[in-house]
Amino acid sequence: MGTLTDWTAHEALERMGRGEVTSRELTQAALERIASVDSEVKAFLTVTPEEALAQADTIDARRKRGEPVGLLAGIPLALKDNLCTTGVKTTAGSQILHNFVPPYDATVVRKLREAGAVLIGKTNLDEFAMGSSTENSGFFTSRNPWDLTRVPGGSSGGSAAAVAAREVPLALGSDTGGSIRQPASLCGVIGLKPTYGRVSRYGLIAYASSLDQIGPFSRDVTDCALLLNAISGHDPLDSTSVDLPVPDFTAACIPDVKGLRLGVPKEYFGAGVTAEVAEAVWGAIDYLMELGATVEECSLPTTEYGLAAYYILAPAECSSNLARFDGVKYGLRTKELAGHIGLTEKTRDEGFGAEVKQRIMIGTYALSAGYYDAYYKRAQQVRTLIRLDFERAFETFDALLTPTSPVPAFKIGEKSDPLEMKLADVCTLPVNMAGLPGISIPCGFANGLPVGLQLIGKAFDEATLFRIASAYEQATDWHQRCPALSV
Amino acid sequence: MALSREEVRKVALLARLELTDDEIDEQAKHINDLLKTFETLQQLDVTGIEPTSHSIPIVNVLREDRTLPSLPREAVLANAPEARDGCFIVPRIVEG
Repeated sequence: MGTLTDWTAHEALERMGRGEVTSRELTQAALERIASVDSEVKAFLTVTPEEALAQADTIDARRKRGEPVGLLAGIPLALKDNLCTTGVKTTAGSQILHNFVPPYDATVVRKLREAGAVLIGKTNLDEFAMGSSTENSGFFTSRNPWDLTRVPGGSSGGSAAAVAAREVPLALGSDTGGSIRQPASLCGVIGLKPTYGRVSRYGLIAYASSLDQIGPFSRDVTDCALLLNAISGHDPLDSTSVDLPVPDFTAACIPDVKGLRLGVPKEYFGAGVTAEVAEAVWGAIDYLMELGATVEECSLPTTEYGLAAYYILAPAECSSNLARFDGVKYGLRTKELAGHIGLTEKTRDEGFGAEVKQRIMIGTYALSAGYYDAYYKRAQQVRTLIRLDFERAFETFDALLTPTSPVPAFKIGEKSDPLEMKLADVCTLPVNMAGLPGISIPCGFANGLPVGLQLIGKAFDEATLFRIASAYEQATDWHQRCPALSV
Repeated sequence: MALSREEVRKVALLARLELTDDEIDEQAKHINDLLKTFETLQQLDVTGIEPTSHSIPIVNVLREDRTLPSLPREAVLANAPEARDGCFIVPRIVEG
């Protein structure tokens, strides 16, 4: 039956329902696991044991009295540290917010509390979610549980590593260009970026508002669907959240792909995708054919321009979003004496890391008078072309299959060139530009390191992704492999 | 098109970042490297293509103009580096 920390959330929920285990026991097991492995994995920035155990006791008492409990009642869960939590420090991985304690909850956090989840801590990330390895964190670099000398991916690397290392069964991340799917791929877990508008962004510390979306990490497909159920839905506090009915995604986990038409865009297997990754992904594609899906190659011709367009649009939005960090309302303030503008300039110089400064600079330049049309407007037009590529493909196909990351987990410090690092997101960022749902599921190993298969769906059709992922998961056991942490 | 150090300084001022001389050099190199990769976008014909600012059609979201509860002032000011008498404290702007 394994230990408590090996259970998926749905398995733990069944056992709690039958009275075999309590939330306090599960929470204590998670806290003990964190105490024993997190000095190696370094997934967490903050752990809140007292609050977690108090939440667990509340749920246990409710169950004991036979009162109704929420969808995730008693399940330990970790949050990326760019999600605001009342009374618990929220840093976005930045020194400029090293002491920020939000006076309010993000909508997803409120929903998780209502669902009875036990919030156990806040996970590490690249500063303001800008990066693909957690090496841009203003605090420390998290490590890949499969090989502690390698990165867990990013920016939601802490959440991915925490789930892979069996510290928690579930975690939330955010994804602007691949920041959930890429670390899920590198850590051998499941990570989903929902359709833009599916989940409220209220209380997510903004990076690029037209691309950001919050989503789940888990170790199996049912858990992913369960967590998406808990966080989805319209929110008056986020005017970009969409007022559409939210289906029960666990009911969509039907392991049957017969009759589904799946496209494989050839551009996603181009330069940069290693032979081992391509082999694992093609292996998964062949398997889905055996299971009854129809698979055909297709083309998304604008793909090669995605990276350049993204690195105009995302920095442009970030340069505007990060203007709020001025040393006045919250966070760091320089100790140096300076005038009004000097205070802002010095505070930002001290508080932001190199990558964040670079993105603010490039975004400011792309938006400045005289360059707007050449860069920002053109990038937005390219975004339209990318969107139309997908629309055309979805006239024929129910979903698309690609590698999630062109490479498996790389060594800490290996990608010192920021441009090279940006290539890590080449297969994931077009999905954000088009606002579509994408999921990464484990599909094999390359030299002992996990490889992820990305499924891309039509807008608001996460259900089809769950169906394909369930069929693949039922026929394989990649998701059950566990990293052999030496502790 | 490559940016000079002076142009980078001007962008830094617009972005309210006080950068050291070394940082200015670093930023100039980085921005110029990125601008080179952006040149590929000039190859695409975008004549008549509408720009996309959001992936989903977004229209203005309106609501009735009524007062809703907001956070207590102390909670809002609790994170301020300096606050007094219910206000954020900033350096003197007007001399005199």
